Amino acid sequence: MTATAVALPAPVVEMIGVRRFFEGPPEVRAINGVDLTIGQGEYLSIVGPSGSGKSTLLHLLGLLDNPTGGVYRLDGVDTMSLRERRRAVLRGERIGFVFQSFHLLDHRTVLENVALSMVYVGVPRRERLARARVALERVGLSHRMDFAPTTLSGGERQRVAIARALVAEPSLLLADEPTGNLDSANAEAILQVFDELHSEGMTLAVITHDAQVSRRAQRQVRIVDGTLQW
Amino acid sequence: MVTQAGPPDPAGGPSTSRRRRRLRSRPAVRDLLDEALAGVAARPTRLILTTLGTVLGVAALVGTVGLGQTAAGQITQRFDLAAATRVVVQPDDKGGQEGEAATQLPWDAPDRIKRLNGVEAVGTVSNLEIGDDLVQNVTGLDNGAGKALQVMAGSAGLWDAVRATLQTGRFFDQGHDQRADKVVVLGKHAAERLGINRVDSQPAVFIGDEPYTVIGILESVSGRAELNDAVIMPNGAARTAYDLESPDAVEIRTAVGAAQLIAEQAPIAIEPNNPSTLRVDAPPKQGAVRKGVESDLNALFLLLGAVALLVGGLGIANVTLLSVLERTSEIGLRRALGAARRHIAVQFLVESVIVGFLGGLLGTAVGVILTVSVSWIRDWTPILDNRLAFGSPLLGAFIGLVAGTYPAWKASAIQPITALRGT
Ligand SMILES: Nc1ncnc2c1ncn2[C@@H]1O[C@H](COP(=O)(O)OP(=O)(O)OP(=O)(O)O)[C@@H](O)[C@H]1O
Ligand SMILES: [Mg+2]
Repeated sequence: MTATAVALPAPVVEMIGVRRFFEGPPEVRAINGVDLTIGQGEYLSIVGPSGSGKSTLLHLLGLLDNPTGGVYRLDGVDTMSLRERRRAVLRGERIGFVFQSFHLLDHRTVLENVALSMVYVGVPRRERLARARVALERVGLSHRMDFAPTTLSGGERQRVAIARALVAEPSLLLADEPTGNLDSANAEAILQVFDELHSEGMTLAVITHDAQVSRRAQRQVRIVDGTLQW
Repeated sequence: MVTQAGPPDPAGGPSTSRRRRRLRSRPAVRDLLDEALAGVAARPTRLILTTLGTVLGVAALVGTVGLGQTAAGQITQRFDLAAATRVVVQPDDKGGQEGEAATQLPWDAPDRIKRLNGVEAVGTVSNLEIGDDLVQNVTGLDNGAGKALQVMAGSAGLWDAVRATLQTGRFFDQGHDQRADKVVVLGKHAAERLGINRVDSQPAVFIGDEPYTVIGILESVSGRAELNDAVIMPNGAARTAYDLESPDAVEIRTAVGAAQLIAEQAPIAIEPNNPSTLRVDAPPKQGAVRKGVESDLNALFLLLGAVALLVGGLGIANVTLLSVLERTSEIGLRRALGAARRHIAVQFLVESVIVGFLGGLLGTAVGVILTVSVSWIRDWTPILDNRLAFGSPLLGAFIGLVAGTYPAWKASAIQPITALRGT
C-alpha cells in the first residue's frame, strides 16, 4: 500500500512528526507524532477506536486546528508558518469537508447551501449558482435544489454536503464518519459517490470506525492513541 | 512553493495560475451583506421581538422632538407682539438691594429712556389719590359710579407707549402738559359710565369741584388695561391739582427683540447711582418661552426615549449573543468553508445593524404618525425636521452597530473545532 502512495507524483498531504497536545491538566496527547503522506488521487481511510484521535487528525488535515508541533505541508504549502487569515483562504480553496452530522443551514435552500462553499473563496454569485447546480446533479439531487434541507432524508442531506464539499474543487476531500448517521442503504449510496469521485481523480480521506466503510478505500491506516499503525 | 504540475485532472486539480489568483480573492462585500440579510430573514419572529425596544425608543424620540417642534411652531404663530415689546419700570417697593430707601422716579425719566437704542416710545403713568372728590359729568349724574372711577395722570408719550387708539377726539400733548391745562382723556369704560360719547361739544367732567375738558375717548390700550376704566389727565394738571410728586411707573415700548436689552439698560439710565432700587417688568426671552414649553414635557419623553433606546440596544445585544451561541455550528461550518474570523464578525455585526436599522425605520414611522395624529387632534400644523425623519433610522442602525460589537467579536472568537464538535 505504501508503495502505491510513493509512486504518485506530488503528495497533497505531507505530515511529518505532527503532534497535537491538549493542555491539561491532565494533558491529552491526542495526536502524538504522526507521519502521513497522501498522494494526489488517493482514497485513504483512517480507522481507529473511539478517542484514538481520528477527529483531531482530520481537523489538523483540514487546517481547522493548529498542530502543537511537526511539519504539515498541504499541496506543498508549509501551513505551519501561515497566519490564520491565509489558513482560512487555503482551507476554503483546497479542502472540502463532509461531516457526520451534515452541518447544513436549515433556513437556506439546498442550492444555497451548496453555493455557500464558494462565497468565501470569492466566486461570483452567478457562477456559484451554476456550479452548485452541476454539483447537485452530480450527486443525483437536481430535483431537490429548492428544497429546505430539513425536508430531505439523511442520505440526501449527506449528498448535499458532499456536493457542497466538492463544488469548490478542493485538493482534498475530508470526511468524518460520513455514514455514521445513515442506514446501510443510504451509506452505500454515499460510498458509491466516493468511489466515483476517486475514479475521477479526487483525493479523499475518510475517517470511520466501520470496517465496511474502511474497506472501500484504496489504502487504510489505523490510528491508536494518537499514533498511526500500518 | 506550489509543486503541482501537469494538466488539470477531471476531479478539478486546477492550474497553478488560477490557484494563485483565487488564493488572493475575497468574498465580495455584497455577498457578506447577502449572508447577513439571509441570517436576519431566517428568523422573522425573533426579528420583530428584537427590534421592539429600538422601535419604541426611536418612536419616543421622533414623537417627542416632532411634537416639540410642532408646539414651538404654534407658539411662534401666536407670538404676541405687544407683550413682547413692553417694558415697565417702577420703584421697587422693598427698596434697593443694599437696603437703600425706595426711590422716586424722576420726571425726566422718559427723556433719559428715549435716548436708549431700541426704544420706540416711552411715557409715565400714575394713579392719583383724589380723596373724597367724585368724578361727575356736567349733569351731576352718576354719583354712585363716580367713586369707582380711577383718576390717572400720564405724560404725552404714554399714548404711543401703550399703543392707545382713540374712539374720538385727540390725546393730550406736551403743550397741555406744560401749560397744566385742565383736560382729560377718558378710558372706554369710563366714558360709558359718564355717558359721554362725543367730544366735539367740548364736554366737561368734574373731579371734585374742578371742571376738566374731555378732549378724547380711548378705543383700546395694550398692557395697562386699567386705563380703560380711568379718567386720565396730563402730569402738569395732576401736579398742580393733586401735588403729584413723581410718576408711579414708566411705560416703554421697544423695538421687536430689544425688550431684554432695554430692561437691562433702563434702570441704569433712570437711576445711574442706584439702579437696583427700580423694578423692571420685561417679557421673558422668546427662546425662554419656547424652552419652557419644551422642557416640561419633553425632558420626560426624551428620557423615556433614551431609556427605551438603551433597553433596545441591550435587547439587540442580548438576542444577537444568544443567536451566536445557538449558531455555533453554522459559525464552525462557515470557518470550514474558508471564512476568516473577520468575515464571521462582519456577518453578525451587519445582522445587528440591519435589525437596528429596521427598528429605527419602524420607530420613525410610528413617531411621525404620532406627531401627525396629535397635531390633527389639536388642530396644529405638524412640523417635523427632515433631518430627524431621515436620521432616526440611522440612529437605529448605529445602536445596532454598538449593540452587535461584542456578540460579533464573540462569534469570531469561536474556535472552528469547538463549533463543529458533537452534533
Ligand atoms: N479540545 C480538547 N481538549 C481536550 N481534549 C480533547 C479535545 N479534543 C479532543 N480531545 C481528546 O483527544 C482525544 C482524541 O479525540 P478525538 O475526538 O480525535 O477522538 P476520535 O478518534 O475522533 O473519537 P470518536 O471515534 O469517538 O469520534 C480524546 O481523548 C479526546 O478526549
Ligand atoms: Mg471523532
